[in-house]
Amino acid sequence: MESVVIRNGAVVGPHAVTIADVLVVDGVIAAVGERLDAPQGSREIDATGCWVGPGLVDLHTHLREPGRESAETIESGARAAAMGGYTAVVAMPNTEPALDNVALATYVLDQGSRALVDVAVAGAITQGRLGERLAPMGELAALGVRLFTDDGAGVQDAAVMRRALSYARPLGVRLAQHCEDAHLAGDGSMNEGALSSHLGLIGRPAAAEEIMVARDVELVRLTGSPLHFLHLSTARSLAMVGAARDEGLPVTAEVAPHHFTLDESACATYDAHFKVNPPLRSVSDVAAVRSSLVNGLADAVATDHAPHAAELKDLPFDEAPAGMLGLEHAASLTLEALGGPQADPIRFFALLSRGPARIAQLRREDAPVRHSGHGGAVAAGEDANLVVFDPVERWVAHRDRLQSFAYNTPYDGRALVGRVRATIVRGSVVVADGELA
Amino acid sequence: MIDSIRGQSLLSLHDVSREALVEVLDTAESFVEVHQRTIKKVPALKGRVVASLFFEESTRTRLSFETAAKRLSADVLSLAVASSSVKKGESLRDTIATIDALGLDAVVLRHRSSGAAEQVSRFVPHVRVINAGDGLHQHPTQGLLDAFTVRQVLAERRGLTASETGATLFDGLRVLIVGDIVHSRVARSDVDAYVALGAQVRVAAPGTLLPIDIETWPVEVVEDFDEALVWADVIGLLRLQNERGTGSFVPSLREFTTTFGLTAARARRLRPETLIMHPGPINRGVELDSVVADLPAAIIERQVSNGVPIRMAVLYLTVAGANREVA
Repeated sequence: MESVVIRNGAVVGPHAVTIADVLVVDGVIAAVGERLDAPQGSREIDATGCWVGPGLVDLHTHLREPGRESAETIESGARAAAMGGYTAVVAMPNTEPALDNVALATYVLDQGSRALVDVAVAGAITQGRLGERLAPMGELAALGVRLFTDDGAGVQDAAVMRRALSYARPLGVRLAQHCEDAHLAGDGSMNEGALSSHLGLIGRPAAAEEIMVARDVELVRLTGSPLHFLHLSTARSLAMVGAARDEGLPVTAEVAPHHFTLDESACATYDAHFKVNPPLRSVSDVAAVRSSLVNGLADAVATDHAPHAAELKDLPFDEAPAGMLGLEHAASLTLEALGGPQADPIRFFALLSRGPARIAQLRREDAPVRHSGHGGAVAAGEDANLVVFDPVERWVAHRDRLQSFAYNTPYDGRALVGRVRATIVRGSVVVADGELA
Repeated sequence: MIDSIRGQSLLSLHDVSREALVEVLDTAESFVEVHQRTIKKVPALKGRVVASLFFEESTRTRLSFETAAKRLSADVLSLAVASSSVKKGESLRDTIATIDALGLDAVVLRHRSSGAAEQVSRFVPHVRVINAGDGLHQHPTQGLLDAFTVRQVLAERRGLTASETGATLFDGLRVLIVGDIVHSRVARSDVDAYVALGAQVRVAAPGTLLPIDIETWPVEVVEDFDEALVWADVIGLLRLQNERGTGSFVPSLREFTTTFGLTAARARRLRPETLIMHPGPINRGVELDSVVADLPAAIIERQVSNGVPIRMAVLYLTVAGANREVA
C-alpha cells in the first residue's frame, strides 16, 4: 500500500494546532512530527499554509440511490463529497423505496464500499417513512446503522415518536428528526412572512419547525433517549435545543450552510434553486444560525445535500421539489461564516468533522462495524481519513464544475474563500491539488 | 418604480407609477372607440405574434385577451392547458421554448403558480410577457380594468371625458375590498392600482382570509363591515376561492355570507351612488346576492366589456413599445 507524507501543514487537533508533518502508511497515520523521514517512494503533499485535519463527515447527505439515479448516485455523490473534503457521509433513507430494511441498507453499504469515501447509512424510523409503524431498527443496528430518521418529513405522531425513542435507547442508536409540523407547514414553499405574502407563495411558518422542536425536547425528557435535531433554521429552535442541553438532556443539533448564508429574499425571483425545507428564513434567523456556529448551539454543520434533476428545478416555485446541493461548498461557506482565513481551525473541524463523527458514531473508538474511524485527533495509530484545507485560497463556485450529477446549487457564481487541497480516505489520496486523483 | 410599461413585460402592478397607470387607462380610452366601429380592428400590431397560454381555466380573461390581440391585428397562437405543467409531462420551460421557436412578440400567461410569468420572462427575455393571473400573486390587467371602469363611470356621472381627468377622480376615492384577500391575486393588483392612483383603500375579511402581513399594506382593515359599506364609494367583492380550498378557512359559506357577504339587506343600506364590483366569476348567494348583482350600481358587466380595451392598451404599449402613434 502507498505511503503519503503531508509536509509542513498546521495540524489541527481537538485542542491545539501544531505545524508538523503527517506520515500515512498502509491506511493508518504512522507518525505526526517535525521533519519526518518518509519511506522511499512516498507521495509528498506540501501543506504549507494549509490546515491538516480529520476528514470531514457529513451527517446529512441525500445520495438518491436507489430511486432517483438521474439526480445522483452513491458513486457520484461520493465524488462530490471527496471534492468537498469529506471522508465519510451518512446517506439519508428517503430513497425510493425508503431505506427501512436490511436488504436496502446492505445494498447501499455495498455500493458505498466501492465509492471514494466511506458511506454510512441512516435508516428510516418508520416503515416506508410513513410515520406509523417502527422500522426494524434492531436488525439495522446489527448491520451497523447508528442513526435513524424519517428525514424529508418529521415523525408527526407524538406517540409514534415516543415509542421510537424508547425502542432506540437500548440499541445504542440515535434518532434524528426533521422538525416540521406537516399540518402547519402545509403546502408552503418558502418561509412565511411579508415576502411570501407579497409573492403570493404559501408560507411555511417558523412555528412549524419550532413546535416540533419543543415537542421533541419534551419527548427526550420523557424517554431519556438521545435525539439529534436536523437542519435547525430558526433562532427559537436553536435556543430551545440549547436550553435542553443545558439541562443535561441528550440532544444535539446540526445547521446547514444554506441556513447561515442565504435568507428568504433569495426566493424573490421565484428561482426554485432557493427552495428548500425547512425554508430559507428571515435575516434575523440567518444571523442566529450563523451565531450558533460560534456560540456552541450547533454541534455540527451538515449539508442536507439534496440533488434534483435540472428539469424539476425549472418548474414553477410551488411545484418544484425542495432541496439544494451542498457537499462541494460547505467547507468554504462554513469558513466564511467563522470569519474567513482568520477563523479558528479547531472550531472549523469541530463543526465539520469531530462533532458529526461523534453524533454518527463514526469515530474509531465507536468501533464502527463497516467503516474506518473518522473525526479523530490526527495522531499516530488512527485511520488515515484526512483533509488538507487551504483557508486562504479564493475561488468561484460554478454549477458546471460539480462532481454531482445534479446542478441545483444555489451558489453558482458565488465568491468563496477556503478550498480543499487534498482528501485522503483510508490512506489513499482521492483528491490532490483540488482535483479528483 | 415603473414609469411606463412601454416596451416592457407587465408582470405585476406593484411599483407601477401613477403616470404609467394613467397612460394605460388613457390608451385604453382611445381603444374604446374602436369597439364602436363597424370594422372593429386597427393595424397597430399587424405582423406581430401574440401567444395566449392559459395553464389554468379561464373564460373571460382569455377571450378578452384574444379579442384584444385580434382587434390590434396581431396573429394569435392560443394554447389552453387546464392542468399543471407537471401533469402534462412537459415542463413550462419546454412549452415556452416550443412556442418561442415559432417566433413570438408577446406571451399572455395564466398559470396556477405564483411567479410563473416572471419565470417565463427569464426563459424568453426577448419576448414581452403579460401576466394574465399567476397563482395568488398578481392579476395586473384586472387591476387596470377595475380602475378604468371606476374612472369611466365617475367621469360619465360628472359629464367629463375620462381621459381628460387623469387620476383626479381617484383623489380621496373610498374603496372597500371585501372577502378572500389572502388568496386573491385580484386584491393585490387592485390595491396596488387604487393606492397608486390616489384612492383610500380599506379591506374587510374574516381573520383567516386576511394576509399575515396586512399591517404592511397601504390599507386599513375594517372593524365594522356595515359601517364600511356606508363609507365606501366603491365596493370590490372578491370571489371566495372554494376551488383552492378556501372553504376550510371559514366555518361555513353561510357564516361567511352572514358576516361578509353583500346580501340584499346590506345592499339596501348602501348609498345609491356606491359602485359594486366583482372580478367574476361570481358565487351568487355567497359573496354577492343575486339580486344585488343585477342592481344598476353593480357594474360587473362593464368590467367584463372593459377587459378588451384595457388588454388592447396593454398589448399595444408593451409590444409596440416606443411607437406612440395609436391606430
